[in-house]
Amino acid sequence: MLQVKNLTKIYDGGVKALDNVTFDVPKGQFLAVIGLSGSGKSTLLRCINRLIDPTAGQILWDGDDITTATPEEMRRIRRKIGMVFQHFNLVHRSKVITNVLAGRLGYVNPAWSLLNRFPKEDMSKALKQLERVGIADKAHQRADELSGGQQQRVGIARALMQDPNMILADEPVASLDPVLAHSIMKHLEEINKNDGVTVLCSLHFLDLVHRYADRVIALNQGQLVFEGLPSEIDDKKFKDIYGRDAERVG
Amino acid sequence: MNDKNQKPSIWKSIRTGLIFLIVAVILAYGFEITKIDLEELRSEQRQQSLIRVTRALAQPDIFEYEKETQTFTAPVYVTCPTGGAVIAEPDTSGPYAIVTPECAEPGETVTVEGFNFFPNSTGPVRFVPGNDPTNVVELGNETALADADGHFVATLVLPNRPSEDVQFIRATMSRNVGAPKFTQTAHDTWEKIIETVFLALLATILGTLLAIPLSFIAARNLMKSVRSPLASISLSTLGWPIGIAVGILVVRMVANFTEPFTSNILVNLVSVVLIPVILTFAIRWALPQDDVASPPLGLQIARLGVLFLSALVGFFWMYQLAGLFMNVGESSTALLGSFAFLGRFLIQLGDILIVTTPVLGALAAGGVFSNFLGRIGQRASEKLNEGTVKTLNLIASAAAGATVLGLLGWLVEWLYQIGRPAYTQTGPIVVGAVLGLLLAIFTKAKDTLPTGLVIYYVTRTILNTLRSVEALVMAIVFVIAVGIGPFAGVMALGLHTIVSLAKLYSEQVESIQAGPLEAITATGANRLQTIVYAVVPQIVPPYISYTMYRWDINVRMSTIIGFVGGGGIGFLLQQNINLLNYRAASAQMIAIAVVVSIMDYVSSVMREKAV
Repeated sequence: MLQVKNLTKIYDGGVKALDNVTFDVPKGQFLAVIGLSGSGKSTLLRCINRLIDPTAGQILWDGDDITTATPEEMRRIRRKIGMVFQHFNLVHRSKVITNVLAGRLGYVNPAWSLLNRFPKEDMSKALKQLERVGIADKAHQRADELSGGQQQRVGIARALMQDPNMILADEPVASLDPVLAHSIMKHLEEINKNDGVTVLCSLHFLDLVHRYADRVIALNQGQLVFEGLPSEIDDKKFKDIYGRDAERVG
Repeated sequence: MNDKNQKPSIWKSIRTGLIFLIVAVILAYGFEITKIDLEELRSEQRQQSLIRVTRALAQPDIFEYEKETQTFTAPVYVTCPTGGAVIAEPDTSGPYAIVTPECAEPGETVTVEGFNFFPNSTGPVRFVPGNDPTNVVELGNETALADADGHFVATLVLPNRPSEDVQFIRATMSRNVGAPKFTQTAHDTWEKIIETVFLALLATILGTLLAIPLSFIAARNLMKSVRSPLASISLSTLGWPIGIAVGILVVRMVANFTEPFTSNILVNLVSVVLIPVILTFAIRWALPQDDVASPPLGLQIARLGVLFLSALVGFFWMYQLAGLFMNVGESSTALLGSFAFLGRFLIQLGDILIVTTPVLGALAAGGVFSNFLGRIGQRASEKLNEGTVKTLNLIASAAAGATVLGLLGWLVEWLYQIGRPAYTQTGPIVVGAVLGLLLAIFTKAKDTLPTGLVIYYVTRTILNTLRSVEALVMAIVFVIAVGIGPFAGVMALGLHTIVSLAKLYSEQVESIQAGPLEAITATGANRLQTIVYAVVPQIVPPYISYTMYRWDINVRMSTIIGFVGGGGIGFLLQQNINLLNYRAASAQMIAIAVVVSIMDYVSSVMREKAV
């Protein structure tokens, strides 16, 4: 159970990215976050694992208060929250397997990991995750030799290495073509259904929202403007979320 | 803005004119200051020296030949004696020369004709004053060149040395025989150019190794997010001096303990091999691979104890390794023959280990203490209530301020020998304590301060200051510290390499992609892990590239570092220029040009391969 209460983020320049946002996410839900570019979706997801420190408000996750966690506690919380990024954020010059193993960094002993030593179980686990996303044969290639879709799968495998209870996906398919988008979304869906991992996924396309999400929240200029089922988004709601001049595509 | 439509105004023209005028005045003043004077260039004396030097430079002293020489001393009378000159017929079986006329007045010209000399030989034909044909004194600077038959004709103006007795004219004709050989200068140059190349190599390696860690602290994007509460900062500041003192003490104890065991090569060998095995097991136990849950306190303390013992054993190992190097080096130097330098290398390595172990130990202990106390401070300000943290802040911050300023005062005292404790000891300590107190009073108890940025600015300032000091100037200082020779050069170039590479490197760190950094942080990795997994892979190519570039610079710098006694070829070059031995200087300049262009090529090839 993730509870976000009155979350507000004001950047140094005075930009209000999040404005008093409150919502709950029950365990195991697939929550889509929609809204225009710059509406605060990325900021919201990054506040949840404190890559960005919120200005005010509270985030509770399974009883832990994320907003007041000390750096050490935050590390322990972060390792149970996987994150998938729009631009994949792989380390290009490292091998695929190293990128995947990086998901274990919160668990392994820092001293050993600095020497690039991982326990044997982690090695086999990394290969298993790559198999799960269907690119086991690429394990020893450099990450930048892979295509976009393959890179995003590596990103998912990295998140899976964390044994996450929750995955934050920040526009995971925005840089991919529609076919690849569906294959990536299917992986997230499968993780959500089979492993019971909560997924918070920001999306641009409403057809993806209808197809994959259990529930939707929508942001407009940092404010929560909609919360409910995907099927409840009618034309009026759509205009509320995306503005008067917006037209539906797809 | 519609400048296009504006008509050219008179003011614009005046402004342009004024700018030209100002530029002209600046240039004129520059000429005055730099004493540009072509008249000097046109003077006879300058031109002659210039020609002499240029010709010498064009004939580098690299090759020489064995010489074969033939000498003939022909009699001549300066002022004809009464009754005419009587000259005996020369022996025509060997080389000989005839002077015509046989007598003449001073200042008159005589012709010297030589026969039967070596074909194509050359040499001076000079007047020998006095009546002794073996006199080594010669006057004049005529040179003769024999033709293929060994015949030459030279003219000579007789000097003002009138005498009743017979005097002489000597022809010393020589020619090259056999294959060309390298001159002594060429040998010296070769030796020194090798020294130069290795000087540059060592300075680059040393500089690169130390610049890498520095570059991370001098990178804004990595340091910006480092913030710690005041208690943590103060305690970790206190940790450094305490840790360094403890470290030096402990390492010294280990050194004393190790002393009796280092002389035997067998003991060396056994401990050098055995200790790493034991240490591996100990460290594996003390640093478990997973930390899924926090272990109980007792186990944590036991692990800390084992790590401490491991550190002690590690220092013991380093001393044993040093002993092994020195013993093996000493006993093998005699056996290795021309590879004796390998043995000497081992001895030096051992010596370096012995010198650096206490330093490393002190730094390591300082780091560990500082880290440990810092963590305690961090934990305290997270867990304790506001009032307690405030009290802790007040005490720790005052103590830290007093310590830092006290140490600075001690440094000032040491440098300037003021000898007034009120200024250099009690004063700074009191001021430091007050400053610390003020900081603690005006900081909210649990607020975090931007430690990272402070460290960043301090590091940057030190780097920039040191970088502005030329390596040549540094060499002068190091010559005083370690004596004239290439070692001083290595230290000076190495230091300059550290500071300039650290700056270049840190700029590369600042320009990496932020995405991977964010992704690795999101996995729960700590700061060091983030650097190793997200930063390091991104900076490898530019780091290699910059190291090559620096290696290039160092080769060029090392050729002149010898001018101030820093070893390498510059020493020879400067010496020969001062001795007006331009042919030798020319050889050295050619060597420098060749080496620099080869290095240039090699480094560009390597850079292409690596990136």
